[in-house]
Order: sequence, then structure tokens, then C-alpha cells
Amino acid sequence: MMAPLADYLILSAILFAIGTAGVFVRRNLITILLSIEIMLNAVNLTFVAFGRALASVDGQIIVFFVMTVAAAEAAVGLAIVIALYRHRESLNPDSWTALKW
Amino acid sequence: MLLLIPLLPFLGFLVNASFGRRLGKAASGAVACGAMLGSFAVSLASAARLVRLEPESRAIADQIFTWIASGDFTARFTLRVDPLSAVMILVVTGVGSLIHIYSTAYMREESDSEYARYFSYLNLFAAFMLVLVLGSNFLVLFVGWEGVGLCSYLLIGFWYQKKSASDAGKKAFIVNRIGDFGFLLGVLLAFVHFGTIDFQEIARAVSALSPERTFGTVSAIALLLFVGATGKSAQIPLYVWLPDAMEGPTPVSALIHAATMVTAGVYMIGRNAVLFGHAPETLTIVAVVGAATALMAGTIGLVQNDIKRVLAYSTVSQLGYMFLAMGVGAYAAGIFHLYTHAFFKALLFLGAGAVIHALAGEQDLRRMGGLKDELPVTYWTFLAGAIAIAGVPGLAGFFSKDEILYHTFNSNVALWVVGMLTSLLTAIYMFRLVFLAFHGDRAPAKSEHRGKEEAATHSAHPASHSAGQAPAHLHDAPPAMAFVLIVLAVGSVVAGYVGLPEALGGGDWFAKFLEPSFAPQAHEAAAEHGLELTLMLVSSLVAVAGIGVAIYFFLRHRQAADRAAERFDGLHRLLLNKYYVDETYDAVVVQPIRIVSENALWKVIDVRLIDGAVNGVGESVTGLSELLRRMQTGSVRAYAASVFLGVVAILGYYLWR
Repeated sequence: MMAPLADYLILSAILFAIGTAGVFVRRNLITILLSIEIMLNAVNLTFVAFGRALASVDGQIIVFFVMTVAAAEAAVGLAIVIALYRHRESLNPDSWTALKW
Repeated sequence: MLLLIPLLPFLGFLVNASFGRRLGKAASGAVACGAMLGSFAVSLASAARLVRLEPESRAIADQIFTWIASGDFTARFTLRVDPLSAVMILVVTGVGSLIHIYSTAYMREESDSEYARYFSYLNLFAAFMLVLVLGSNFLVLFVGWEGVGLCSYLLIGFWYQKKSASDAGKKAFIVNRIGDFGFLLGVLLAFVHFGTIDFQEIARAVSALSPERTFGTVSAIALLLFVGATGKSAQIPLYVWLPDAMEGPTPVSALIHAATMVTAGVYMIGRNAVLFGHAPETLTIVAVVGAATALMAGTIGLVQNDIKRVLAYSTVSQLGYMFLAMGVGAYAAGIFHLYTHAFFKALLFLGAGAVIHALAGEQDLRRMGGLKDELPVTYWTFLAGAIAIAGVPGLAGFFSKDEILYHTFNSNVALWVVGMLTSLLTAIYMFRLVFLAFHGDRAPAKSEHRGKEEAATHSAHPASHSAGQAPAHLHDAPPAMAFVLIVLAVGSVVAGYVGLPEALGGGDWFAKFLEPSFAPQAHEAAAEHGLELTLMLVSSLVAVAGIGVAIYFFLRHRQAADRAAERFDGLHRLLLNKYYVDETYDAVVVQPIRIVSENALWKVIDVRLIDGAVNGVGESVTGLSELLRRMQTGSVRAYAASVFLGVVAILGYYLWR
């Protein structure tokens, strides 16, 4: 017995909403990065679900790409966060607003 | 073949302009003179070919190329010789060659490169002048017209390091531009009205119309063209540039500002005789302006003290005569006077040049005198020129001037009286010049305390070092100059006989030769020889009387002249200051333009409006960006929020569209 496609999509939407809320609400750069990962994985879930529903492997192939990009993004993002932390002993994104008018 | 006529001087110009400074004086002078003489030879050949043709079909046209072809407008670069052009090219190349030869001696003191520059300008001028008289339509004529104006500017300002010379050049150019503007409008109006700019086609189109009783389009065209002529030929109101043009080297004054270029306006009216003939209102204006100019310039010439300025006003006055002739429809007489005038006025200028040369740059008549014995060649040739211009019977000026006065008498007696008066003045001022310069005693050199005004009139030859101190021994004209003076003197004596009137047993050959150029002009009734003879007698008497007056005042009783000047002090001052025309123009035209330009155009329109618009755009952009840049908060979360909202907005748009 397979769960219907709509269930996967609803779960995915909930995960995406959680991720988005995390990005906006949390004041910690690491948490924000984690929230972004949650958003990416919500998207991954959508891809896999559609792939399965449509009996195609395309969805899974794209998921591999997304995971690769996510790994790279995490590496770069964490490196930046570490550099910023060394600079100002803070992880609050509002501490860095120098690039404005 | 016709192309060679302007092309040779043009090649001379190119050679002298490109390699002149390396050629040395002998070579660059030879190139320039050779080009002119070659051009003269070709002109003679063309004229000979013309004479052999039937009188009715006397015209040779050479179409060089089609210059502009655009819609229904075509301009061909066509050179055309008819009797009128033939006379003009012979005058331009003939007198031009002589003046080139004269210049080789006159400009000897200049450095090699200046010498070459001078001859390159002179050749360029000749080339343009020949294009002017050979062009078969208005556009080609206009090329020459503007070209000679340019060369005139360059040559007046030849000694450009002298402020007065470069100012005079600019004045000539600007005043001419005013006339040229009218001329160009006339050409455009002619094109709009007739659909062509070719002289012959316009003449054909006009002769199909009947003469305009009231002022109409043809009159307007003619009047606008005449405005151009007043500029180029120094008539009221645009004559003011010509006396100042005497800042140029004297041979230039002789060639450009006496013999050739200034006659371009007269030539242009002659070329469009049919057009002007159909515009009687305009012709009346031409005649009145000509007569007024002749009289006014004659009176000014009476009291001027600079030898070249006297001649300059004399030129203006004689040009007025030519316009008077044109205005009363005596085109052939006008051109005849143009032709004889070229001889004796060139002679007079070159004679004056020889005097100035001998006196190392002295131009003030008051410091001349007694040169008769020291400069015999100059004296006798100058005297021949003076007699010719005064209108003594038997010399060139007499025939042409009488021709004009006779036709004027037939047309309007009042204008004839003015002409007669001018004739009297001509004789007086010319012989005043002769007596002051060549007779009597020379005033001692006053090099120590020269007044400011005197230093201003005294000028023109910066190359000569010893200006002011009369040299102990005066040398007469060197051979090249003497040769030219003698040739021109002979010309001044005999040139008139080609137009010997029928009343004196001649054939009036000159007028008959020119006739086809002015056809289909209505012919005058057979002349009454009795009247013509009477008028000749009167004008001869007037000429002799004028010379007599000059003898009385300037040879025998100089004090009487001074006393007369004192008695009529106001008048004398008025004439000496040239009727304050320059001052009036300055007050009425120049200063208002300057004030308006400075206070309105510059300080309001330019600074406020134009600069304001440019700066305003800049400032408003700055102000707007001041607001926009507030959006760059620098906060990462704000950027993220805007990206998110943007995505939502786009998705929303596509979903709910």
C-alpha cells in the first residue's frame, strides 16, 4: 500500500515552510544554514515523490545534483561563517551590515 | 580646355602651399607667375575661339562632372565662356599676372616661407575668381564667391601678427557673410521659383514672364542677390570692410580690392541681366544705392590722409558707378567701366605701392611730397592712371564713365547729376593725391614724437625696419615693378578704345561683343549722337574743372585748402571720420548684439537654460538615487526577505493570472 502523492507534497511543503521560517526568525548564522538545508531537502522530497509517481528516475538524478550543490554550499557557507566569527566573535547576521549606502 | 583656366592657378597654389618654403623666392615666384601667365594664355585662346564663332552662338561650355543630383535638383559643375565671362577671365588673368609679377619685387623683404604663403594665397584667389566668372550656374558661382571671400580674408590678414590687419580681415569676412546670407537666400528662392539654378535656364524662364510692375517674387530674388553684391562689391550699407582691407599688402589691394574680386557683384548682376531686367523696382534700388555710394565714398576720399585709403574710397565710388550703370540697365557700360577700372585702379594701387615701398612703409600723404623727381617712373605712370580715372577725354576712364553717364541721363536726370558730381569729386581727390604725394616739399621725418593717430595710419609694412625715417636716397620702382606700371599705364590710356562710342566715330565694339550675354534685353532706340556729344563735353569740362580745383587748392595754395577745412570744420570732421558710419554700426548693430549676446544669450540662455538643463538632469538623478540607495540596508535578512517576497510575487502572478 502506497501513500498518495499529496501526502508527500504536504510533508514537503511543511518542511519548506519550517526552513523558511527558520531563515527569517533565527538570529544564528549556523541555524540559518541548517534551515536552508531543510528547505533544500524539502525540495528533494518533492522531486523523489514526483519521480516515483511518474515512474521516472529523473527526479532521483536531480536530487543527486541538489545534494552535491548543498554539500558545496555548506562547505562555503560554514567557511564564511567561521571567518566572520573570527572577525567579530558573533554569529548574529545583524552584526554585519557594512555593505550598505 | 576651360578647366585649365582655374586649374593652373590652383596647381600653383598646391605647389607653393606644399613645398613653397623649400623652393626659395625665385622658384616660388616663378611657379605662381607661370601659373597665372599660363592661365592667361589659355584665356586668350578661349577668347579667340569665342570671337571666331557666330555672334549669336558665342558660348563654349565644358561640363566637367555632375556635382549633385538629388530628386529634381541637379547641379552640374559646368564652366561656360560667353562674351561677358571672356572679358572677366581676361581681366582677371591679365591684370592678375601683372600683379603677380609686381609682387615678386614688392614682397622681396618677406622670408621664404612667408613669400611662398603669399603667392599660394594669391594663386588660390585667382583660381576661385576664375571659377566664379566661369561657373554656369549659381552653385558653381557661389563656390568661387565664397572662395574669393576666404582668400580676401587670408590676404588682408596676411601680416596676421599685426592686430589691425587681423581685425580688418575678420571684419571683411564677417561683413561679407552678411551679404552672402542674402545671396544664398536669393539663390534658394530662385530655385524654389524656377526649379533650376542654371543661369541660362533662369534667363529663359524669366524672359517668358512680363516685367513685374509691382514688387513680386522676381524682384525679391533680384533684391536678395543684390544684397550679396553689396557685400562683395562694397556698396552701401556693407562697404565698411573695403577701406579697412587696405591693411593687406598693396598688390593684394590692387588685385582683390580694386581690380577683380570687388567687381564680382557687378559681374553677377550682369550675368543675371535678364532677371534684373524683369525686376524694375529692384533695378531702381540698385541704381540709387550705386549713385549714393559713389557720391558718399567720393566725398570721404576727398579728405583722407592715408594714400591707400583714398584709393580705397575711390574704388568704392567707382564701384558705385558700375552699379549705377547696372541699375539703369546699361549692363555693357557697367562691364566696360569694370574693365577700364581694372587697369587704372590696379595701376594707381601699384603706383601707391611703389611709393610706399620707396618710403619704407610710409602711407601718410602729409609726410609725402616732392617725389616727382625721385620716382619718375612711378610719377608718370601714376599720373596716367589719375588722368584716366578723372575722365579726361582720350583715356580709358573717359569712355566708360561717359557711357554710364549717358545711359543714366536717358534714364534719370537726378541720378545723372549725382554721377556728374561724383565725377568732379573723383578728379579733385585723385589730383589732390598726386599733388600731395609727388609735388611740393616733403615734410621732415618726425620719428621722435609721432602722435597716436599718426602711428595708426602709418602702418602696413612691418617687414620694413626703418619705417618713419625717410631714407636719404629714394629708389624708384625696381624693374619688375616698373615694367608692370608701364604696361598698366599703357593699358589705362588705350583700353578705352575697344569701346569707342559711335558718336565719336567708333563702333562701340565692346558693347556689341557683350550683347549676347545680356540678350534678350530690349534694345534701346537709336542713340542721338548730339546729346551724347553734349554730355561728353559737359563731363570733360567737369573733369578739367576738378583738376583745376585740385591745382588751386593742393598745388598752388595749400593754405587755402587748410583755411577751407577750418571754415567748414564740422563738415571736414564729418568727412574725416567717414560720416561716423563705423561708429554708427558699432552703436546700432555691434554693441546691441554684444549686449544681447552677453546678457541674454550667455548669462541667461546659456548659463541658466542650457547649463541649467544639463546640471538639472544630473542633480535630479543624484537626488533620486539618494532615496533609492536607502534600500541598500546591508542587512542579509532583509535581502533574503526581498528575494522571498519576489519569488512569492512571481509565483502568485503565474498561479492567479
